[in-house]
Amino acid sequence: MVFTAPVLNYTLLSPILILLGGALIGVLVEAFVSKGLRAITQLSVTLGTLILSLVQVWKIRNEQSLTAAAGSVVIDGPAVLLQASILIIAIISVFVIADTDHFTALAASLPGSDEERHAVQSGNQVTEVYPLTLFAISGMMLFPISSDLITLFVALEMLSLPLYLMAGLSRRRRLASQEAALKYFLLGAFSSAFFLFGMAYLYGYSASVTFAGIRESVVGGSGNDVLLLIGMAFVSIGLLFKVGAVPFHAWSPDVYQGAPTPITGFMAAATKVAAFGAMLRIYYTVFANAQWSWTPLLSAIAIITMLFGSLVAIAQRDVKRMLAYSSIAHAGFLLAGVIALNKAGLDASIFYLFAYGVATVGAFAIVTLVRDAGGEVTDLNRWKGLGKRSPWIATTFAGFLLAFAGIPLTSGFIGKFSIFSAAYESGAKSVVIAGVLSSAIAAFFYIRVIVLMFFTDSVQDGTSVEIPSALTRITIIFSTVVTFALGIYPAPLLSFITNLATFIR
Amino acid sequence: MIWLTLLMALPLAGSVAVALVPKANEKLIKQTAFITTLIVMGTTIAMAVNFQRDNVELQFIEKYSWIPSFGINYALGIDGLALVLILMSTILAPVVVLAGWNESHGGRWSIKSFYILILVLETMMIGVFAATDVFLFYVIFEAMLIPVYFLIGGYGSGERAAAAVKFLIYSLFGGLLMLASIIALYVMSGAQGGHTFDLKALSQLEMSSTTQNLLFLGFFIAFAIKAPLWPLHTWLPDAADSATPGTSVLLLGVLDKVGTFGMIRYCLTLFPEASRTFTPLILVLAVISIVYGAILAIGQRDLKRLIAFTSISHFGFITMGIFAMTSQGYSGAALYMFNHGFSTAALFLVGGWMISRRGSSTIADFGGLQRITPVMAWMFFIAGMSSLALPGLSSFVSEFLVLVGTFTRYPVHAVIATFGIVLAALYILIPVQKALHGPTTPGNENLSDLNLREKIAIAPIIAIIIALGFYPSPLLNVINPAATHVIAQLGFSDPVPTSGEK
Repeated sequence: MVFTAPVLNYTLLSPILILLGGALIGVLVEAFVSKGLRAITQLSVTLGTLILSLVQVWKIRNEQSLTAAAGSVVIDGPAVLLQASILIIAIISVFVIADTDHFTALAASLPGSDEERHAVQSGNQVTEVYPLTLFAISGMMLFPISSDLITLFVALEMLSLPLYLMAGLSRRRRLASQEAALKYFLLGAFSSAFFLFGMAYLYGYSASVTFAGIRESVVGGSGNDVLLLIGMAFVSIGLLFKVGAVPFHAWSPDVYQGAPTPITGFMAAATKVAAFGAMLRIYYTVFANAQWSWTPLLSAIAIITMLFGSLVAIAQRDVKRMLAYSSIAHAGFLLAGVIALNKAGLDASIFYLFAYGVATVGAFAIVTLVRDAGGEVTDLNRWKGLGKRSPWIATTFAGFLLAFAGIPLTSGFIGKFSIFSAAYESGAKSVVIAGVLSSAIAAFFYIRVIVLMFFTDSVQDGTSVEIPSALTRITIIFSTVVTFALGIYPAPLLSFITNLATFIR
Repeated sequence: MIWLTLLMALPLAGSVAVALVPKANEKLIKQTAFITTLIVMGTTIAMAVNFQRDNVELQFIEKYSWIPSFGINYALGIDGLALVLILMSTILAPVVVLAGWNESHGGRWSIKSFYILILVLETMMIGVFAATDVFLFYVIFEAMLIPVYFLIGGYGSGERAAAAVKFLIYSLFGGLLMLASIIALYVMSGAQGGHTFDLKALSQLEMSSTTQNLLFLGFFIAFAIKAPLWPLHTWLPDAADSATPGTSVLLLGVLDKVGTFGMIRYCLTLFPEASRTFTPLILVLAVISIVYGAILAIGQRDLKRLIAFTSISHFGFITMGIFAMTSQGYSGAALYMFNHGFSTAALFLVGGWMISRRGSSTIADFGGLQRITPVMAWMFFIAGMSSLALPGLSSFVSEFLVLVGTFTRYPVHAVIATFGIVLAALYILIPVQKALHGPTTPGNENLSDLNLREKIAIAPIIAIIIALGFYPSPLLNVINPAATHVIAQLGFSDPVPTSGEK
């Protein structure tokens, strides 16, 4: 038997390789750099890695290749756009993560133990969150460019495992945080199992694990359709779990609430980009010819997700939970882009993912600022009168909420318009009507928060707004500027996306 | 010359200027805002002079590519109707600023924010009438809710937050229905020769009558909420009750006109067939609005709510005139929109002064104002007479035209609507009698009459009301060519009046 060494195109893979290298350096920094210098070194390494990786992505933006890693990954326009979105979201998230005040001093210690107290007192803050973030990002970067099921699964685990850990790193309310991490891990493991199970069926159907091979069988229509249907269903469950679509959403409110807020923002934004990126690729290329088998069901899921997310969000009293349900509703809107199954749908989805991701990181960055002596205040009742005490922060947060609600002159409106018009064009009228309806419902709870902040008198209970650190400030300003710039003049980005976004197969 | 962009840019520049003034210098803030609105008014009048009134096509056209991926343009242009409404908006703005010189003081936020919001709103008011790209129109239509929301919720009185939310939810709901229709239009335009939002191109789309009916409803419900037509009116009395008088003037006088303007510009132009299909239903709703609004106005004890309900009655007249499909009805409706802006402004402003002096908005608390504050009482009287369409005042001409225009085609509706006029006499004369005449109610003895600023603010409105009552031709000359054109485009010709003698 002759062994042929795989040919790797290192230029095209460099964005991911740089990230993995940076993550490994981060692990070494954690072990060898003295505690005084550790945080700043980690931050520089992480940011440097991310920026270098983004530069590489920019350099390969016009490349197209099916053979970058022996047929396991595909580099094309959507791949580059999604990777760039993930990296930009990651960079602004790291600015918020850099405020180490959010993370436990020693994650390995029991909550409330002497060990923990000692770590806090000695200022021995561990900073493993940085390499974990980089590992997660490299998984996210790999996920939407995978072109066989094995790589897809590896990427899925690569992005998930660090996230499970990161969800448990909260400094305050550590038990809730650890509960969130465990919940996320268990349910995530279940969904991975479903995913793996579906993979097996798809292999049974097409005798291939590559997207090209499965696609050939789907187009040819020669295989056993039952295997295809089961395979598609289980793989979809795995993906829908990651994006938090109903009925696979149960983890997200608890995890959003329990995880440290900077991580929640990062997770909500970047995971969505990665998971929807992979979904778009799979449904647009592999399963495209079987669309009559999956669009009805996926449409139903989209409609239920939008309506459920919007309706349940109304009842929330906690800002993080409210944003979690709002992100469920947004997952429903994004599913409309998957269902559209046309070029306009692809462009719209990529635009929406980027716009929504940036606004989400910005919104969670603001949540980190509202605090009292015991840490962050996420109870909405205590956000009353925020507009009076810190008008700028409240106005910015209101801006993000308006963007989530899809009010014109914000990026959210352009995103919603483009995604709904693409879905309508492909005939998914019921999805569009449900989308418009749930937007109306969603507007209600976003506005309620604005009312709380601006039109209700504040209670003196020690809730105050922290002056944002310089880094957090960059994130908030960047998110705000992008959110409104994309609402007022989205033409350059839209045409950039339109020109690049074509799947090759 | 790019008149319309200039008009939109001026208030925006003014709002930036206001933002730069230090917060403590309240006087300079107000002066900057006032001068800005005066400049905008002057520019509008200059533009109106350049308007060719016999030309029925859109004028002062501007078109720049905005979002080419979706075929969206920044496209502006006005016809006679839009010109009249922009003129009304820009004349009302300085009046509102001057009349409500102190009304921003009781607000939740600074005086500065109040004037920034007002000026941003003025930009949008001009834009919403000038847009000829459906997407641009929608963007402004929705975005202008935000400043109004903060104006009501931040500077009003009473249950202002609740009223602001009610206003916003109603409007957003209507707006989203319209968005669904716009998406459908956009997709159809893509299938029929390329994505576009150009009003003219969209009006030539081929579509089945079912589609047309559904899309028409999407637009119409949004506009019927705005213009408040019964039964979608319930947000208005609350909003008007809570808002400051100045905000109410802009809300009822200008923003609600976007609804009736939209019915003409978008419903009739884009869906002529569906408009005809729904005319019987809409006329019934309009007649109900006329009578219902009037009856509820009679029953009001609160001055502000009373004015709000009279407006519901008046919007019924405007809607009836639009859907009568005659050129008189259309001209009457267009003129009515202009006149209603001024008569409502006069009522709200004078009413607002009365309320702030007395510290109560209950009609029964006033009494004998005619003796104590003669100027204020006279102004209220004239405003009221204009509201009930007394011959010789501007509203009479428009109400008469609407009724005549409706009668030639829908006599029964016109006759029932005429009862609205009788009821109008009641709803105006009862408060006039209670508030202005009769014995002086205790507590009113020391009320002060209008000061110079207030007199200067109200004078132009009263002058316009009287002048247009006797000589409406300058406006009608601008409106009439467009009216005949629109009615002809819809495939209607005015019914020939039947002779009474045989």
